[in-house]
Amino acid sequence: MIHTIAFYLFATLVVASGAITILARNPVHSVLWLILAFFNAAGLMVLVGAEFIAMLLVIVYVGAVAVLFLFVVMMLDIDFAELRAGFVKNFPLGMLVAVVLLCEIVLGIGAFRAGALHLGTPDGSAATAVGVSNIKAIGALLYGRYLFLFEAAGVILLVAMIGAIVLTHRQRSDTRGQNIGRQIARRPEEATVNVKPEVGKGVQL
Amino acid sequence: MIGIEHYVVVSSILFVLGVLGIFLNRKNVIVILMAIELILLAVNINFVAFSAFLQDLTGQIFAMFVLTVAAGEAAIGLAILVIYFRGRGTIAVDDVNRMKG
Repeated sequence: MIHTIAFYLFATLVVASGAITILARNPVHSVLWLILAFFNAAGLMVLVGAEFIAMLLVIVYVGAVAVLFLFVVMMLDIDFAELRAGFVKNFPLGMLVAVVLLCEIVLGIGAFRAGALHLGTPDGSAATAVGVSNIKAIGALLYGRYLFLFEAAGVILLVAMIGAIVLTHRQRSDTRGQNIGRQIARRPEEATVNVKPEVGKGVQL
Repeated sequence: MIGIEHYVVVSSILFVLGVLGIFLNRKNVIVILMAIELILLAVNINFVAFSAFLQDLTGQIFAMFVLTVAAGEAAIGLAILVIYFRGRGTIAVDDVNRMKG
């Protein structure tokens, strides 16, 4: 009972906030609704016992991706009203494509339920051992069978990070940065002087 | 009783909403990127639901890889957006014709 209520709550909220994400006038509101959609999707995943992926979704999406979106939306000074000018004009075509896609998916699910195609049965070799927690099982699989894929994912993230830095980095001429070469080339003789001033004469600097 | 069908329906609706978002906001690249994130979220829900349905953890592992790619795509996409805005002062998709494509 509680499962049914929770599922419908999460499902309604994720669909509603997804719809508002694409319909909102202000992109900042869009990002905030997207965050709500991610939280509710995480709830849906917790319901089926995939708590590790759910936590990862919250950490990665809400903590990194959504904040990145928010940062870019607020950093760029854009007239968003002008960007929405074609909204009404694109609406019929967009709805048409969406309806066609939905019909295709419904047809696909219907065909699947009719059960004609037999593509074989899963051998279940990667099934969860009974009594092992979700995180333990994922860790065993991730660091064992999928180790190289896991490392490839790390390389992808590294390339993305370096790419983003290289793309957005620029040399600014109007700022006074640190010149490390000049700093290192400085010798004590030219940096300090040793003077013995007489009393009441002062020092020339 | 909640079955696999319920999850498939939710993820289908989310996927269609993402595609609709790309068509509705054809000028605003930021919202298009957010719609792509919605599509990837729908894929992830499907992966996790079928992983629970088939008692096979591989689905959850692949949901992690989808998450990785989504994060990289968002970073690179927004970086391209920032340098494009710096050079042109606009992010309208219709004006992107520098490569004469």
